[in-house]
Amino acid sequence: MSETQKQEQTTTHKIGIYLWIWGLLFVLSFFSYMVDWYQFQGLLRWSLILIFMFLKAGLIMAFFMHLFWERYALVNVLLWPMTAIACFIFLMVAEFEYTFFTRLFYFVAGG
Amino acid sequence: MSDPKIEGYEFKPGFRGMAQDTGSDQTMFKGVHWGKAMMWIFLLSDTFIFSCFLISYMKGRGSTLIDWPNPSEVFGLHVFGVDVPLLLIAIMTFVLITSSGTMALAVKYGYEKNRKMCGWLILATAIGGLTFVGMQAFEWSKLIHEGVRPWENPFGSPQFGSFFFMITGFHGTHVSIGVIFLFIYAYKTFKGHYDEGKKGWFTSMKGDYVEIEILGLYWHFVDLVWVFIFAFFYLW
Repeated sequence: MSETQKQEQTTTHKIGIYLWIWGLLFVLSFFSYMVDWYQFQGLLRWSLILIFMFLKAGLIMAFFMHLFWERYALVNVLLWPMTAIACFIFLMVAEFEYTFFTRLFYFVAGG
Repeated sequence: MSDPKIEGYEFKPGFRGMAQDTGSDQTMFKGVHWGKAMMWIFLLSDTFIFSCFLISYMKGRGSTLIDWPNPSEVFGLHVFGVDVPLLLIAIMTFVLITSSGTMALAVKYGYEKNRKMCGWLILATAIGGLTFVGMQAFEWSKLIHEGVRPWENPFGSPQFGSFFFMITGFHGTHVSIGVIFLFIYAYKTFKGHYDEGKKGWFTSMKGDYVEIEILGLYWHFVDLVWVFIFAFFYLW
């Protein structure tokens, strides 16, 4: 009984939205491949890679995984832990820079 | 079985709704099938695993004094007398996105009780995943043939191999498991298990097209992880 009630709550979306997102994902993937094809370097390369990556990830999560239509209680439980990952990234950036300069100092400069 | 008691209960949107859902001493994820909530929580934990891999890769690559191998050349292919950078990886990316799209449509047709269409789309997704794994096997054997090992490689920094095999291997395992389940679910869909509410093998849960959405979540996650691997490992 409860199953059927829940089933009725599930709204399906028009096929157009899926096809649009699908097309966008293709275009964005093509763009990120072009970043390598034209051999962009430096800050331009990294920022383009990150922009296309986050756009693709966002589209997949929002529409293919239906997060855009989910209750905030679920969305927030899923997205807030990502800040822990961001913290971890910052910690490890400090760590690899320290390791790099230590190696430079002792292996190359010779102490 | 979670049972959303929503008779006489007002759903509020946004953050106010979140506070009410969380603090109402009832089911927290209202109207969300328990299997779907559990899949999301599993995917969250899986996110942390892949993050740890990618962060350790960042740490390894950032702290080595020897130049990192240029992925554009290492993963390039020589076709028709021309060197094309990252060709195989680009094709793999497009194959995975294609399979993600067919999966999204399978979920949609599943909820619309369109059994045939849903089944064929799941089958198409499975074949896409199989193609991806096949190409990954080709890529691995090519690199192993060229002398890439977890401890050394002819292109540059020796850590390259260990990160490559660990990260793409773990992702490939996820894809392989997904493909197995996609074939099982395609069979179950064609057999009409979700229309009749037939029970599964390890569960007392009655068959329901929500299972297709749960499987879809897993499959989209595999595609999602590939987006990050593609950006950080192959393009960076």
